[in-house]
Amino acid sequence: MQLLRYAIYRFGTMLLTLLVVSVLVFAIINLPPGDYISNQINELRATGQASGLAKAEFLRREYSLDKPLWQQYMIWMGFMPGVHGFSGLIQGNFGWSFEFDAPVAEIVGDTLWLTVLVNVAAVLFVYMVALPLGILAAARSKTWIDYSSAFVGYLGLATPNFLLALILFHYGNKHLGLPIGGLMDPAYEGAPMSWGKVQSILGHMIVPTFVIGTSGAAAMMQRLRANLLDELGKPYVETAIAKGMSERRMLIKYPLRMAFNPFVADIGNLLPAMVSGSVLVSVVMGLQTIGPSLLIALKSQDLFLTGFILMFVALLTLIGTMISDVLLVLLDPRIRYEGRDI
Amino acid sequence: MTQLPDGRYVDDAPFDADAGLTTPERADLDAPNALLVWRKFRRHKLGLISGAFLLLCYLLLPVAGFFAPYAPNDRHPDHQYKAPESIRLFHEGSFIGPYIYSVEEVLDMETYTYKYIPDTDTPLPLKFFCLGDQWQVFGLIPSNRHLFCSPTEDPIFLWGSDQLGRDVFSRILYGAQLSLTVGLIGISVSFFFGIGLGSIAGYFGGRIDWVIQRVIEILRSLPELPLWLALSAAVPSNWGPVAVFFIISIILGILDWPGMARAVRAKFLSLREEEFVRAAEMMGAPSGRVIRRHLIPNFSSHLIASATLSIPAMILGETALSFLGLGLRAPAVSWGVMLNDAQNLASIEIYPWLAIPMIPIIVVVLAFNFFGDGLRDSLDPYES
Repeated sequence: MQLLRYAIYRFGTMLLTLLVVSVLVFAIINLPPGDYISNQINELRATGQASGLAKAEFLRREYSLDKPLWQQYMIWMGFMPGVHGFSGLIQGNFGWSFEFDAPVAEIVGDTLWLTVLVNVAAVLFVYMVALPLGILAAARSKTWIDYSSAFVGYLGLATPNFLLALILFHYGNKHLGLPIGGLMDPAYEGAPMSWGKVQSILGHMIVPTFVIGTSGAAAMMQRLRANLLDELGKPYVETAIAKGMSERRMLIKYPLRMAFNPFVADIGNLLPAMVSGSVLVSVVMGLQTIGPSLLIALKSQDLFLTGFILMFVALLTLIGTMISDVLLVLLDPRIRYEGRDI
Repeated sequence: MTQLPDGRYVDDAPFDADAGLTTPERADLDAPNALLVWRKFRRHKLGLISGAFLLLCYLLLPVAGFFAPYAPNDRHPDHQYKAPESIRLFHEGSFIGPYIYSVEEVLDMETYTYKYIPDTDTPLPLKFFCLGDQWQVFGLIPSNRHLFCSPTEDPIFLWGSDQLGRDVFSRILYGAQLSLTVGLIGISVSFFFGIGLGSIAGYFGGRIDWVIQRVIEILRSLPELPLWLALSAAVPSNWGPVAVFFIISIILGILDWPGMARAVRAKFLSLREEEFVRAAEMMGAPSGRVIRRHLIPNFSSHLIASATLSIPAMILGETALSFLGLGLRAPAVSWGVMLNDAQNLASIEIYPWLAIPMIPIIVVVLAFNFFGDGLRDSLDPYES
């Protein structure tokens, strides 16, 4: 019951944070001098196309770009009625993309769940790699296992994601026959879900997951190793060994559980970095996530598309962090319910 | 030492009742803190080498033009996409000093790519300390000297040339000037906000602390790169390269300070209760003085270590931004801008040397990591 109360409390703070984030995002997308429509109008004026001008003016009024900024924000969020009544983000209207001349929802469409998929896969990859390697590196510290995993870890931290993507892409395709580009075969794009499509997506996910996850896994592994090493020096470990426990059993039963907390809590640091990485890697590898659309939208000052994508990315990380917080309380009853303070 | 008549041995030195107070408990703690840290750091070989390497890099930045044979934006239209050439020392078994072969470009009509056939009969010794393009020490003192130049009319491209016939080697040296300083400026911004806000939150507590904590939490929970992208997309395109460079470094720093502020705040919370702070306050020191003179010096070394560890993130950030075309822009030269050319698979396949800038990036980032680790480990010399 207490857990439920905590979950609700945590959900509430997430919503509040999201509200602040929305103000921040709106401020950022309005930072550049001029907006897409006024640039368009200037361009049309210069070429003297009156019909286009009328359309631009219409769009400007339609999306309330002629109102003061704070009103634009309220309308965008759906707190205030626009030209067509309440129709903003919270009502499920994501706005209009001027660059693509289509509703934002239509453009992002499929890419949303693919973004989620890529990130979830990367997080799973991080845990699957970091957990065994971290334990191994700590249990066999100062041996070649430890040193080589540290070396790989450092290299993973130091290589820029996008370069790793390019290199793996190149060699993965050349020597292993891994598919290049995109998240699925072009044949399956827009096709309904089928076994073939799932297979194709899985095949295409190997390299991106690896690339996005590597630096996170390296950082996570080092932290787990450090935590575990701290625990291994404590007297209770000695006691366990002295009473004849096998090393493996002892390791899993006591120190690992102690070292595990930061491992779960860390997702709060991990997730923002992952989402960042996935945006970058998507651009390089041409994955159908929201990364490439974000870049196009930013370069052409497409107000609502940028805004929506930034909000979505923030929402993704906030939900992830919330889940990890609730999970942490579930795992460790010692943690106080009323807010965490590390 | 004298022997008493009853056979006991007694030390001749006079008895000093305060000896326990004046001699350190451990023999190895006989020097000022800085020296102790240095002694411990010296044993961290990897950190020491990395630190020396970084120091050398930063010292050489102002004279990059001396080592680079060409100016970064010098074009050699007749020598596009030239492959790297190596400097050799031995010709037909005998040592004749550094030399190169002249290379002939032949267009392969089947693949439509250039082939480079070195003329291995005549070695061409390199010229040293020769005159070439003008460059400036610190951007002030002009000079024409270069460490080495091409022995022939043809330009020398140690690491190949790009699609405009610019020397990749020279561009990497010049690119270091921007790529390496971005992190320093960014970290200064991050320091400024991090220490300022963190110490206010930690020292005063209460409502200010609550507000700053929430801001930190929100900023930390957001993915950095999309925000970096959005902020740098907002930089007007008509700004000059210098202005863009500064604003990009500031953008990189602005999203980094929450981590720093959090660490500072945590330290302040524990130090605030110490007696020496109480004493300073009772003597009437204003809060600003207590923070600056009594609190910050207590953990400035930790701050330096954590700063060293966050510089690489900024270097990588700049690279990523420039790589995507939203960071520094040509004619500015940075490693990220250079990698922009290596963006597609085709160029990696045909002109792999365009991706060479990734090597200095990896090396520098690794060096910062090792250096920072070494620094962090040796900061507490009192711990055995």
